[in-house]
Amino acid sequence: CLFVFPSWDETHFGKMGSYYINRTFFFDVHPPLGKMLIGLAGYLSGYDGTFPFQKPGDRYEQHNYMGMRGFCAFLGSCLVPFAYLTVLELSKSLPAALLTACILIFDTGCITLSQYILLDPILMFFLMGAVLSMVKSNSCADRPFSASWWLWLSLTGVNLAGATGVKFVGLFVVLLVGLNTIYDLWDLLGNLSLSLVSVRNFSLSLYASFQSQLIGNNLHNVSVPEHLAYGSVVTMKNLRMAGGYLHSHWHLYPEGIGARQQQVTAYLHKDSNNLWIIKKHDSDTAPSSPVEFVRHGDIIRLEHKETSRNLHSHQHEAPLTRKHFQVTGYGINGTGDSNDFWRIEVVGRKTGKLIKVLRSQVRLTHVATGCILGSSGKTLPKWGWEQVEVTCTPYLKETPNSLWNFEDHINPKLPNISLDVLKPSFAEILLESHMVMIRGNSGLKPKDNEVTSKPWHWPINYQGLRFSGVNETDYRVYLLGNPVIWWLNLVTIGLYLLITISTAVALKRGVQLTSELKELSRVVLRGGGQITLGWLLHYLPFFMMGRVLYFHHYFPAMLFSSMLTGITWDTLLKFCAAFLSPSTIARKVYGGGFLALVLLIMYSFYLFHPLSYGMIGPMASDPSSPMAGLRWMDSWEF
Amino acid sequence: SNSQLFKREDTSDTMLGFLRKPVVVTAEINMNLVALTVMGLISRLWGLSYPRAVVFDEVYYGQFVSLYMKRIFFVDDSGPPFGHMLLALGGYLGGFDGNFLWNRIGAEYSMNVPVWSLRLLPALAGALCVPLAYQILVELQFSHCAALGAALLILLENSLITQSRFMLLESVLIFFILLAVLSYLKFYNLQRHSYFSGSWWFWLLLTGVACSCAVGVKYMGLFTYMLLLAIAGLHFWHMIGDQNLSNVSLMCHFLARGLALIIIPVAMYLSFFYVHLTLLYRSGPHDQIMTSAFQASLEGGLARITQGQPLEVAYGSQITLRNVLGKPMQCWLHSHTNTYPIRYENGRGSSHQQQVTCYPFKDVNNWWIVKDPGMQQLVVSNPPRPVRHGHIVQLVHGITTRYLNTHDVAAPLSPHSQEVSCYIDYNISMPAQNLWRVEIVNRESDTDVWKTILSEVRFVHVNTSAVLKLSGASLPEWGYRQLEVVGEKLSKGYHQSMVWNVEEHRYGKSQEQKEREVELHSPTQMDISKNLSFMAKFTELQWKILTLKNEDTEHKYSSSALDWITMDTNIAYWLHPTSGAQIHLLGNVVTWASANIAALVYTCLSLWYLIRRRRKIYDVPEDAWQLWVSAGGICVGGWAVNYLPFFLMEKTLFLYHYLPAVTFQILLIPIVLQHLSDHLCRSLLLKSMFSALIVAWFSSVYFVYCTFRPVTYGEPSLSVTELKDLRWKDSWNILIRKQ
Repeated sequence: CLFVFPSWDETHFGKMGSYYINRTFFFDVHPPLGKMLIGLAGYLSGYDGTFPFQKPGDRYEQHNYMGMRGFCAFLGSCLVPFAYLTVLELSKSLPAALLTACILIFDTGCITLSQYILLDPILMFFLMGAVLSMVKSNSCADRPFSASWWLWLSLTGVNLAGATGVKFVGLFVVLLVGLNTIYDLWDLLGNLSLSLVSVRNFSLSLYASFQSQLIGNNLHNVSVPEHLAYGSVVTMKNLRMAGGYLHSHWHLYPEGIGARQQQVTAYLHKDSNNLWIIKKHDSDTAPSSPVEFVRHGDIIRLEHKETSRNLHSHQHEAPLTRKHFQVTGYGINGTGDSNDFWRIEVVGRKTGKLIKVLRSQVRLTHVATGCILGSSGKTLPKWGWEQVEVTCTPYLKETPNSLWNFEDHINPKLPNISLDVLKPSFAEILLESHMVMIRGNSGLKPKDNEVTSKPWHWPINYQGLRFSGVNETDYRVYLLGNPVIWWLNLVTIGLYLLITISTAVALKRGVQLTSELKELSRVVLRGGGQITLGWLLHYLPFFMMGRVLYFHHYFPAMLFSSMLTGITWDTLLKFCAAFLSPSTIARKVYGGGFLALVLLIMYSFYLFHPLSYGMIGPMASDPSSPMAGLRWMDSWEF
Repeated sequence: SNSQLFKREDTSDTMLGFLRKPVVVTAEINMNLVALTVMGLISRLWGLSYPRAVVFDEVYYGQFVSLYMKRIFFVDDSGPPFGHMLLALGGYLGGFDGNFLWNRIGAEYSMNVPVWSLRLLPALAGALCVPLAYQILVELQFSHCAALGAALLILLENSLITQSRFMLLESVLIFFILLAVLSYLKFYNLQRHSYFSGSWWFWLLLTGVACSCAVGVKYMGLFTYMLLLAIAGLHFWHMIGDQNLSNVSLMCHFLARGLALIIIPVAMYLSFFYVHLTLLYRSGPHDQIMTSAFQASLEGGLARITQGQPLEVAYGSQITLRNVLGKPMQCWLHSHTNTYPIRYENGRGSSHQQQVTCYPFKDVNNWWIVKDPGMQQLVVSNPPRPVRHGHIVQLVHGITTRYLNTHDVAAPLSPHSQEVSCYIDYNISMPAQNLWRVEIVNRESDTDVWKTILSEVRFVHVNTSAVLKLSGASLPEWGYRQLEVVGEKLSKGYHQSMVWNVEEHRYGKSQEQKEREVELHSPTQMDISKNLSFMAKFTELQWKILTLKNEDTEHKYSSSALDWITMDTNIAYWLHPTSGAQIHLLGNVVTWASANIAALVYTCLSLWYLIRRRRKIYDVPEDAWQLWVSAGGICVGGWAVNYLPFFLMEKTLFLYHYLPAVTFQILLIPIVLQHLSDHLCRSLLLKSMFSALIVAWFSSVYFVYCTFRPVTYGEPSLSVTELKDLRWKDSWNILIRKQ
């Protein structure tokens, strides 16, 4: 392979493979299976996990990376037979299946995406596997509980678990299979000869077990003092789902955003900057003095342990939520002003009661302005390290946003109790860890000057992704679908709609069809419908996502679109042939049509193959470049 | 021909008939309907002008009514103009002159505000919802008793009463939604026996009209419109399967539906905007959101200034350049004698040349002179030499006579872009780079002339191919918080922040700097007028309405969609300045709870029936099943489409957004009750027990209505203990005055 340096997201996922090999704990927005597989492939091929994966363009040197790349490429090439078998099963037509396979073989985008250490080939492998086994098990439906029925059904489950374990996009294919199953069950229900309705299980438990291995919860087997006392060192967690810990650090709010004081944020992960010391509002607690518990209604001061600044609020507007007040860290070595005083109250308790760790839901009211400490859930821009905004809200509404509980609690003077009693159930941990991941996922907001794209760009192949190499002298790879194929796919979707509508209307009007045409219309409506549903499920949700989107998000949908192309053109040509059927031209039209399509695709691949296998020399905007004539859209940057 | 002859005889017979027999008019009056209408009117119109103070969102809609009265143009991003126009119609009928300062909820109305007539239309719409509910259930072919129940539930729904009695739009919206549903049902019931008859056409057309009115009042109306379109599509799909219909008549049916349900609503929607734009011809507070061309079409404002400007920009022209984006605010390319600080706070260096910014106010420093790089003169020659697309120009700042320049120095706030300055020669081997290529973005041909107001222009720097762009950031203190202008090197595609247009323009006459300054200070005057076509204005206004984002605001009474089902939230609309009298948006607890239960029962029962039917077990007769499905399609469907989309919305939500959904849900209660009594209560004893239960339940609805009447109507004033007693839920915010 010519690329001896990591390109694009390889730095990201390769690094995580290294983490697994080195057994380092890390947090990522994607579920763990994909990275575990990459790590495994690396481990088996002898990669030692020492390459730093710092930035694109660092050479791999002596590191053995081919195992990981080979693994991804192998999974990526499995897509072709999978798609072939799926279409063959759905349409029972060899040419349709061949056309689909041809499209996937010769699509530069699919090739490029499979060649590197990325999650996408793994995801698409499981996704196509799930679709294939779903289609296969559908066709076994007439002989339920046979060996092949069980095989395909359990393979569906395994693949679904795999797909969701790699990326959250896998959930869409679960939805597809789920809808298909409901449809099937509905069919079975109408079949009066069946007395027993068999319900399928999706082996989702497999997925859950992958998750459970990873959840390293600090609470496990930890014991802490039960009641809060002055001088205790604590962390405070916001009660909203996936809320963060109250956090502060040396950085100040930037110029023009409230007062230029130290930032206070909510941070999703454990960190020593989450530690706060509870102090009396007017005096410090001497280390030797007797233990004094904090009571409901007390006025306290919270000092940040690392920076010795007090939690402070004042009537400046908060950075993002304009109607709230800003919360800052203020004062030097714990000496601040009266804006550092907070009244601590427990929800549903009377004055004078003690405050319990973990179990008490606590509200902090700012004494001077009467507002309540809360986390708005909005992500701060770059200056705030993309942590979550903390504000003081003047709206005295009781929402989880403005409630906190104390999680860690360190006070050597107090006896510890075991917290096993309080340990949340497995389901709760699973839910919580997923909420954290989803939040982290949707928090991926576009940064300045980053390559982003809009969902409507994708099917028209509007803009690609630069994989590696920027300058003229670099060896460049550019992720862009083969435009001929993609535009063919796009046209086909419209064509498919037309065919479906006319077929459905014809059937509804009771037009008499020959058995051959009836079979064709069944393929169009049932098979094509399943594939179209898959395409919609993998494409439309992106329109509603707030996170930063990339071109490669369309590839799962593109797989469906390619299968649809195979089926639609096959049907269309068969319809034409049936129309001309008595004459000898019929077969010629059919065969000729296919040949033309395949040749077109192969020729376009010949034109565009440098995109994925690498180009060198001047950019395509330069007339002397070998790619000069191929820059059909101004938005392509190769 | 035989039958034709027969018909003629027939008509002549009837024509002469009135000579033989007396003319008799028989009118059937459904006293139920009349009684319901009267009760609706009483409940909604009683003491309508009380309180004589601004109540809740009246403060918001009121300002638009005033602007209509004064014919001043405005843009409201909350929805299309039809609703506002209806409110304004009330003001017009009451002789309102528009003079009232809408600034505070609770402010006393002055004598010139016709409170009663301003609130009349929403109240009438709210009152008519009661008979509409009755009719809808009748058309769904449920019993008169059930229909009466539905109407009474709507009548006694405190939240609907409150919302109808003020100058607010929800009751109007609900009225049009219900009207659309009713007309569709009437149309559909006529479909069976007399299609293409007069009344068939009437109800079909009314469906389309009511839908477009609903959408015109609030965009929420779209949900119901979509639902009706889907139902109509489904019904038509069934017709396709009907072998008795010929292809031609199917086509006619299809075209009739397309005309009434798609073309007419679109035309109506356009006409709302047409009337809106015709009524509002004066310039006003929101002008600046619009493009210069739009502003120039309004009387006063920009039109006064730009009237008579020369159209074609020529070498020597004096111009002001406005950024097309208009965000975060409209601004003009600006420069002043201050320079960029040598070092920024973060330690980066600058060129220390004269600042170029974008300034949000009109100022003499916004004037620039277009200069031909090859000539020295700054005046327009005779005849003027127009600047065309692709020409290379220099831009000279009028007051300081420095040249617009950009170079490879990082911009103050956007370090990825180039700094733009007015060049000062410090003799430090940093040469001037002041050539710009004019690119007309909206050109028709490549030889287009650069036109005042109409042309949208990009300035591409010749040396570095950077594009002059408004970055959107505002500079710190040294730049007087004006907006940053940069040279964007990586200019991908079209973005409005890179596009500028000439707003004020005149041909420069003075060669000397002193004279020129005087010239720049004097107002422009010349004459030609620009008229935009209606469609251009409409597209622009519609686009602005859809894209204009008010800042994400939080409100004391805002709530989340999940709070609505259980009514965990309320909205305080008004509080008497001295006594404890107050008005709250608060639903009838019993009704809301029963509506939820009804929806739940409906869903469970339907699933049960569906599964059983699939197994060929028929629990209810076929026609009852059809009724059950169509009633559910309208009521549960109406509830779902008007409620579920709110979970995807990111705007500030209030309880009143739920009212259309809850109206549909309430209609479901009697449907479920009648079904239960007809099909599940098998014995007579069970039936009578069920009826007794219904009576008891209904009295509790009435009881709750009476209990909450004081906070629905705002009178009588309640004591502190009475108010505390009304706080049935801890999350309700009933205002209690501190003693």
